[in-house]
Amino acid sequence: MAVVTLRAPLKDLAGGNRNLEIAGDTVGDVLRTLESTWPKTTGWILDEHGAVRRHVNVFRNGERVDAATALGTDDHLQVLPSITGGT
Amino acid sequence: MPELLVGTKKGLFVLSGDEPGSYRIATRAFAGDVVEYAIRDRRTGRYFASVTSGFYGPRLMFTDDPAGEWQQASGIAFAEGDDVSLERIWKVKEGEAEGQLWAGTDPAALWESRDGGETWSRNEALWKERIAGDWQPGLGGLALHSICPWPGDPMKLAIAISAAGVWITDDGGQSWRTGYTGLVPEYMPEESRADTNVLCVHNMHRAPAQPERLFMQFHGGVYRSDDQGETWNDIHEGLPSPFGFPLVTDPADPDSAFLIPMTGAEDRVVPGGSLGVYGTRDGGETWSPQGDGLPTDAYVTILRQALDRDGEGDRMGLFFGATSGEVFGSSDAGRSWFTVAPRLAPVTSVRVG
Repeated sequence: MAVVTLRAPLKDLAGGNRNLEIAGDTVGDVLRTLESTWPKTTGWILDEHGAVRRHVNVFRNGERVDAATALGTDDHLQVLPSITGGT
Repeated sequence: MPELLVGTKKGLFVLSGDEPGSYRIATRAFAGDVVEYAIRDRRTGRYFASVTSGFYGPRLMFTDDPAGEWQQASGIAFAEGDDVSLERIWKVKEGEAEGQLWAGTDPAALWESRDGGETWSRNEALWKERIAGDWQPGLGGLALHSICPWPGDPMKLAIAISAAGVWITDDGGQSWRTGYTGLVPEYMPEESRADTNVLCVHNMHRAPAQPERLFMQFHGGVYRSDDQGETWNDIHEGLPSPFGFPLVTDPADPDSAFLIPMTGAEDRVVPGGSLGVYGTRDGGETWSPQGDGLPTDAYVTILRQALDRDGEGDRMGLFFGATSGEVFGSSDAGRSWFTVAPRLAPVTSVRVG
């Protein structure tokens, strides 16, 4: 199981959970399971095509990855807003 | 005084006040996000806000108490197999059937809710027209921004898209036809103007007291249609510019419309720094500037959704906001003006609650 770390506002949409253990073979699998478990997160990290949104960064063990990246059992995912998305 | 919902680049501001000049900020919601548009459905009292996060994308939120918790509506999203992603929700509009609301988006699609705005589905007939028609975006995107129900008849609807013209349905959205006769797109080569539907409509409103009449602010023209949007006549003579975005009509008077001209496509500020609403009471035969109490030397921009009205007739309220962050109001159909809020974030929309 990967550990997914979320910050506000995503944490609030996931029931206030900062860290969640979620199974999945890829980053996309894990994030889709996050959406199905916590429906309020739907569309916030992944767009309609299943890609990570342009101004959201997902890191696996500190390295930026995309939805297709394969995951191992002890991987740590962090979802962070990018520095480019502010208005 | 009416409650005002002011969408800005930095959240939603709900303004309230007992008399002109006494408005205060009652609530701020979605701090830091762009609130493109917000309305209150007067049938139910439910509030809607189109919110675009710079990080997490666009979504439609709703609540019965703007100071309380907001919920996310579901269904306004393109399918995984579509070739587009949702960029922005431009418009939410009450429908004529019970529980019905319409929404318009960029990319241009029409969405319908039948449960008071909690769940939505795309109008597939119009979407097929988009695919077949190779619609072209304007500067602000491919935006479905104007939705004009026919009072009392949920089967009839007219919408407008930048830059894909006017679309009309008489069967509740099962089929659509265009209405463009008379519109002159001067940004197109002369030989290509006659049959094009690359028509950059900036705003369109129906005259409720005479529903076959519509007013339109075009990309270089102001038009009136007296036949449901099938044909159009240019009525911009007497205005300082044919270019602009905001537009409202008076529900009591089908000969009335109010708009705020901008200098032109290359200089989108009010002409000569002279801030004012221009009104007609004779269907566009003549226009009168109405700016008493508004600042001078004001080189400001008023966006498409940033003008609204309250009530009707000579006591109609008018309210608008500028990208400079100021909001102004009038309680006498524009004859005199007062400042509602002097220093908000850049204003994207103003709607009376």
